[in-house]
Amino acid sequence: MSVMKRVSLIFKAKANKALDKYEDPRETLDYSYQRQLEMLTQVRRGVADVATSRKRVELQMNSLQQQQAKLEGQAKQALGAGRDDLARDALTRKSSLQTQLTDLQTQYQSLQADEEKLTSASQRLQSRVEAFRTQKETIKATYTAAEAQSRIGEAVSGISEEMGDVGMAVQRAQDKTAQMQARAGAIDELMASGALDDVTGTPHDDIQAELDRMGGGHDVDLELARLKGELSQGEAPREIEGSGAGGAASQGQAQASRPAQSADQPQAGDGS
Amino acid sequence: MIVRILGEGQFEVDDAATSELNILDAQLEAAVNANDDQAFRSALDALVSRIRVLGTALPDDALEPSTLILPDAEATMDNVREMLSGEGLIPG
Repeated sequence: MSVMKRVSLIFKAKANKALDKYEDPRETLDYSYQRQLEMLTQVRRGVADVATSRKRVELQMNSLQQQQAKLEGQAKQALGAGRDDLARDALTRKSSLQTQLTDLQTQYQSLQADEEKLTSASQRLQSRVEAFRTQKETIKATYTAAEAQSRIGEAVSGISEEMGDVGMAVQRAQDKTAQMQARAGAIDELMASGALDDVTGTPHDDIQAELDRMGGGHDVDLELARLKGELSQGEAPREIEGSGAGGAASQGQAQASRPAQSADQPQAGDGS
Repeated sequence: MIVRILGEGQFEVDDAATSELNILDAQLEAAVNANDDQAFRSALDALVSRIRVLGTALPDDALEPSTLILPDAEATMDNVREMLSGEGLIPG
C-alpha cells in the first residue's frame, strides 16, 4: 500500500518526534494538550475567515443583481420611449455583468463547501481534544511514568494525526480565502469606479470581442423581443380604455407604433 | 484496520478489503510516478469512494492512530508529492 502507507508513516514520524521530546512521557501529554488547544483556536479562526469571505461575496452578488435589475428597468424605459438602441445598450451591459455574477456564484459555492468541511473538522477535533483531556487525567492519576508509556504513545499519535489533518485543511482554506479576498477587493474597486457598468471599458482582444458580440448579441435580441412582448401586453389594455369602444385592438396597435411612425414621417401624423 | 481520508476523518475498514485497496493504491502510485494527471485523478477518486463505501466512520472521540492515510479527495498530484516529500508540510 504504497501511497497510503507512506503518508501514514510521515504522520507517525511527526507524532514520534513529539513523543521523544520529553524525558517523562507524562510531560508529553501536557505539551500535546497545549498544542491541541492552540489548534482548536486556529481552526475556529479559519472557519470565521471563510465565513467572512463568503458573506462578502454574497454582498457583491446582491449588488450585481441590483445593478442588473436597474439596467433591465432602463431597457424597458428606453423601449417605451421608442429608443431600441438605448435598450440594446442597457441589455448588453446587463449581459456583461452576468459573467461576473457567475464567477461569484462559483466562488460562493466553493467557500460554502470549505466552511462546512472546516466546521465539521472543528467539531471532530473538539470531541477528540475532550477525550484526550479525560484520558490524560486518568493516565496521570493511575500509572507510573514507565507504565504510562504505551498508552500515552497511542493517545498522542491519534491526536497528533488529527491535528496534522486539521492543520493542513485550515492552511489550505486560508490560502484560498486570501486569494478570494484579493479578487473580491478587485471587484469592489471595479464597482466603485463604475467600470463594470461600461462594457467598452473591459479589456478584450479583438477576436474575443467579436465572439462576445456574436454570442451576447443573440441573447440581447431575444431579450429585446421579450421586453417588447411584455410592453405590448402591458400597454394594450390602457390604450383600449383611452380610445373608447369601437375597433379597440387595431387602434391599440396603431397607437403603440405611432411614435416610430411620426418620427419618420411627420406628415402622416398631421394627416390623421 | 483504520483508514483516514484527509479532511474527512477516520474509517474502520474490514481487513478483507486489503487486497482490493492495495490494487487501487498501486494504481495511484503508478500515476504519480508516471506524472499522469488523468490517471491520478481517477485512481484517487476510486480509492476515496471505495473507502467511503467499505468503511464505517469512527466516532468523534476516537483517539486511535490510522493504519493508512489517504490524501483528500480534491488533492492535486503536486499536493501528494509535497506530502510524500517530507513532514515540513504537516502542521500540528
